[in-house]
Amino acid sequence: MNLLQRIWRSSLGKKYLMALTGLALFGFVVGHLVGNLQVFGNPELINSYAYFLKSKPGLLWGARLGLLATVAIHVAAAVTLSAANKAARPVGYAGGSAYGSSWRSRYMLVSGLVILAFVVYHLLHYTVQLPAVNGGFDFRSLTARLADGTQVQDVYAMMVHGFQVVWVSLFYLIAQALLFIHLGHGLSSMFQSLGLRNHVWGPRIAAFAKVVSLVIFLGYASIPVAVLTGMGGDYLKNKKAPTPTIETLR
Amino acid sequence: MATLNSQIPAGPLSDKWEKHKFSSKLINPANKRKYKVIVVGAGLAGASASATLAELGYEVHNFVFHDSPRRAHSVAAQGGINAAKNYQNDGDSVHRLFYDTIKGGDYRAREANVHRLAEVSVNIIDQCAAQGVPFAREYGGLLDNRSFGGAQVSRTFYARGQTGQQLLLGAYSALNKMIGAGGIKSYTHSEMLDLVVVDGHAKGIIVRNLQTGEITRHSADAVVLATGGYGNVYNLSTYARGSNVTASWRAYKRGACFGNPCYTQIHPTCIPVSGDYQSKLTLMSESLRNDGRIWVPKRKEDCKKSPADIAEGDRDYYLERMYSAFGNLAPRDVASRAAKYVCDEGRGIGETGLGVYLDFGDSIRRLGEGKVRERYGNLFAMYHEITNEDAYKTPMRIYPAVHYTMGGLWVDYNLMSNIPGLFVLGEANFSDHGANRLGASALMQGLSDGYFVLPSTITTYLANVKAGGRPATDRAEFQQAEEEVRNFTRRVTSNNGKRSPDSFHKQLGKIMWDYCGMARTETGLQKAIQLIGDLREEFRTTVKVLGEPNGLNQSLEKAGRVADFIELGELMCRDALMREESCGGHFREEYQYTPNDPEVQQGVVNTGDVKRRDDQFAFVAAWEYAGAPDKAPILNKEPLIYEEVKMSTRSYK
Amino acid sequence: MKVSLKVWRQKNANAAGEFKTYASPELNPNMSFLEMLDVVNEELSSQGEEPIAFDHDCREGICGTCSLVIDGKPHGPHKGVATCQTYMRSFSNGDQIVIEPWRAKAFPIVKDLVCDRKAFDRIQQAGGFISVRTGSAPDANSIPVSKENADLAMDAAQCIGCGACVAACKNASAMLFVSAKVSHLGLMPQGQPERYKRVKAMVDQMDTEGFGACTVTGSCEAVCPKEISLDFIARMNRDYAVSLIQGDPKQVAGGGAG
Repeated sequence: MNLLQRIWRSSLGKKYLMALTGLALFGFVVGHLVGNLQVFGNPELINSYAYFLKSKPGLLWGARLGLLATVAIHVAAAVTLSAANKAARPVGYAGGSAYGSSWRSRYMLVSGLVILAFVVYHLLHYTVQLPAVNGGFDFRSLTARLADGTQVQDVYAMMVHGFQVVWVSLFYLIAQALLFIHLGHGLSSMFQSLGLRNHVWGPRIAAFAKVVSLVIFLGYASIPVAVLTGMGGDYLKNKKAPTPTIETLR
Repeated sequence: MATLNSQIPAGPLSDKWEKHKFSSKLINPANKRKYKVIVVGAGLAGASASATLAELGYEVHNFVFHDSPRRAHSVAAQGGINAAKNYQNDGDSVHRLFYDTIKGGDYRAREANVHRLAEVSVNIIDQCAAQGVPFAREYGGLLDNRSFGGAQVSRTFYARGQTGQQLLLGAYSALNKMIGAGGIKSYTHSEMLDLVVVDGHAKGIIVRNLQTGEITRHSADAVVLATGGYGNVYNLSTYARGSNVTASWRAYKRGACFGNPCYTQIHPTCIPVSGDYQSKLTLMSESLRNDGRIWVPKRKEDCKKSPADIAEGDRDYYLERMYSAFGNLAPRDVASRAAKYVCDEGRGIGETGLGVYLDFGDSIRRLGEGKVRERYGNLFAMYHEITNEDAYKTPMRIYPAVHYTMGGLWVDYNLMSNIPGLFVLGEANFSDHGANRLGASALMQGLSDGYFVLPSTITTYLANVKAGGRPATDRAEFQQAEEEVRNFTRRVTSNNGKRSPDSFHKQLGKIMWDYCGMARTETGLQKAIQLIGDLREEFRTTVKVLGEPNGLNQSLEKAGRVADFIELGELMCRDALMREESCGGHFREEYQYTPNDPEVQQGVVNTGDVKRRDDQFAFVAAWEYAGAPDKAPILNKEPLIYEEVKMSTRSYK
Repeated sequence: MKVSLKVWRQKNANAAGEFKTYASPELNPNMSFLEMLDVVNEELSSQGEEPIAFDHDCREGICGTCSLVIDGKPHGPHKGVATCQTYMRSFSNGDQIVIEPWRAKAFPIVKDLVCDRKAFDRIQQAGGFISVRTGSAPDANSIPVSKENADLAMDAAQCIGCGACVAACKNASAMLFVSAKVSHLGLMPQGQPERYKRVKAMVDQMDTEGFGACTVTGSCEAVCPKEISLDFIARMNRDYAVSLIQGDPKQVAGGGAG
């Protein structure tokens, strides 16, 4: 058997894959957050950042495909492991179960799958920018000019516009809460799966996971909350462009 | 009458084993695999023997009634294992371990066997360390030792409070290695219910699968029993609930002699009985006696007081008073009997009055609680769990309990019984501990027999057996043995009675403890024989096993075991009645030192110490079945000849 | 005191099981949990009902035979003890106690509360040993072991093989058991030559037996009667990674001597 087969066929091997892909996705989550937090600066800050990313299609698509593959491996390993885990306990207990387990650990599959669904929505929402998932509004119509005069998409306006829709923000917040749970367990058990834990580092890693997952939650949640409490409202009003509808675009 | 030949090699004691190994026949490696050996039991003796025989190339079939070989009751030994390594440079030697064991056994063991045991003790530690047994270590990385009951040197190797489990896991890993390699076929949930003797030789066993109820026949070139001791005859003991005498007893009924059945060890430091529902007595490791002091109040009136309210001057540290040289470390039989005396005087403590204090107050003051916790933390925790008392604050309550049986099937120097081809190892045989076993010697004997003795001595038999010549299992002897097993099952499942096997076990245990326990008398033993005879008859007619025999049926398992215990109990009483002396664990009230004896006046022994009668009883009593449970068994005697050591009065003063 | 018991009864491996409720006779709080079952069984026998089958042997917490999930917790309410060391004083008069067998595909039920744990034996037969032939060992003190490693190995070696870790884990994973065995031998210098071969063989057998994977919930550690630490799982994960990367050993052709 080659190395890949050996890894995929063993439960521990799959756990290594979960941990390594989890680590990569965690890296993305942190990077993405740092990028998004630019929304709290001048609108031009985030608009130029978005333009910069789009101006390097090779890099962008490379990263996108890499992330896609990472997510695919993470999810495939999780789903097959979960199925095997379910099969290992065909009959449950009547007197209660999962004694002594941490509550976060019990919701990994659920939180993971909801986050996956969210990611799909999020991609349709802000990446594909499908009007259908945003009450019919087309983000592609929002443009702005950078200081050097380059015409770019107005990502700042897009975010404000998107999060002004209450149910959208609510979904984002729920997904972030689940990510908080997912990372709170995942970040520490990643070290366990890779064997990078002992009695000295165990408690430190657990504390690290809890703190970092909370910081990430607060960071992401701050954006829709800020928009819902008024951030960017004036900017949108001041934008002279008429609000196009799908009909006018056609 | 059976013919008993001990096969002890000639020559000086310290050369016997080496010479014997050299003079034993060898079997050509290509022929070894043609011999099939059945090993029953996978405790220290059974697992080590199975693994070693398989390594040598024999085809080994191992049977255990447990769900895994790792559960044998060797697992429960706490204290340690002796070996004459002299790593502590405190004057130990093979000869000293030999001498201590002979003396500890009250001069009722075979010299040659004991010397061999002391010789191979050093190899056992090497073997176990190489297997990865996590023995306690000093900071330099070398092995640590401690002193243990009845020894004045530190020769005991240990692994926290669970030396037994660690050594067993070592032997079990050796067993697993050979199962994995195909050298051993392992049968779990398989209880041996009869021995099959063909043309006078042990050639097979009948086995019941406890999960399916299936009864099967197995033939072999030799049968090895390593099935442990029979202390559960007392119902309440430190034995596991499943420990039983059935394998040994069925061998006895097929003609194997039972040696010294009355030699029972009562361990001094167990948690006292708390009620009649009790199923088990829990041992507190003897190592506790290294730092704990044993006492009772001097006055009866103080017994119900809280120990904290009894002034130092009103306490009787009776072991220190009676045995100044050994004090609280006196051998087990001596310490147990002393506890019985003080309780008989009405000075016992606790609700039942059957208990003495084991007090760590002095040690905690001297060493600090931290040090005591480090040494005995797990034992204190266990005590707390059972009694709900904190032994750091108040003394432990302890009382003696049945712990080990020195008696067992009679074997010669080769560990073969008087039935050719039947070998008996470990606690199941009678050979090495005489009338009393020293602490940390049981593990030593089990592993010695299994790793080093049997693999050498079994060739003395097999070399004379035609390779591949074992009988087929359709022979009449197998059929008949199987039929007897089936008959028993039919009877107990179809009886009209109502009593459960457990209720008989309790009743038998009470008789045995009252009349054949720590102190025995002629009239008591006669009464017990009468009572047990009646019990046997009542069992036959009124025991009731519910449920199906085809499948797991724990009542059926118990019924078979209790039936054998009842018959064994009677034999133990007969043996105790016959042995009109006191020695080691066998104490006949009629034979004890009195103030008129010169030994007491010279200060060698105390009033009430055991009084041996070497002129008449320096022999092994090997009892032979007379063909029916109600027929008196036949007594065979193997004289004990001491060439090296002079039999003398055992003194621990 | 008196309690009522809701007990899983199942006639054999193939029969469908069900819960049955029994009222206990008068109990003493100092009884062990298993003694309570003895008393209930004696009562059932006297009424002509077959006693409840349950596994037990040493009754002092070392043989690992006893099991029972008591009110959802393997080995009952107390930490660091087995069922046999659980006492009725941990319950109150009038309590209803739910008693179930270990539940795992790899531990099929034999009858009532008894399950078959042979899977554990097979894992150890796959590689849970140091290959040393009897008689070939060097002097015990010729291989020093640092006290720290010896103590850590002993922490792992305390495992009694009861299977509570599997019973507690929501995935019925045997990782705590296997890691304790792997770590015990892997921490000793004597265990080094076979260290990576051993972990590979034992983990692969564990997977074959149908145990689940570890999701680091911590249930196993919480119910372990010997309080074996999750750290050993990390240790095993580390060793297994090495064995995966190393791959299978090179085949060597045999040859005769002389």
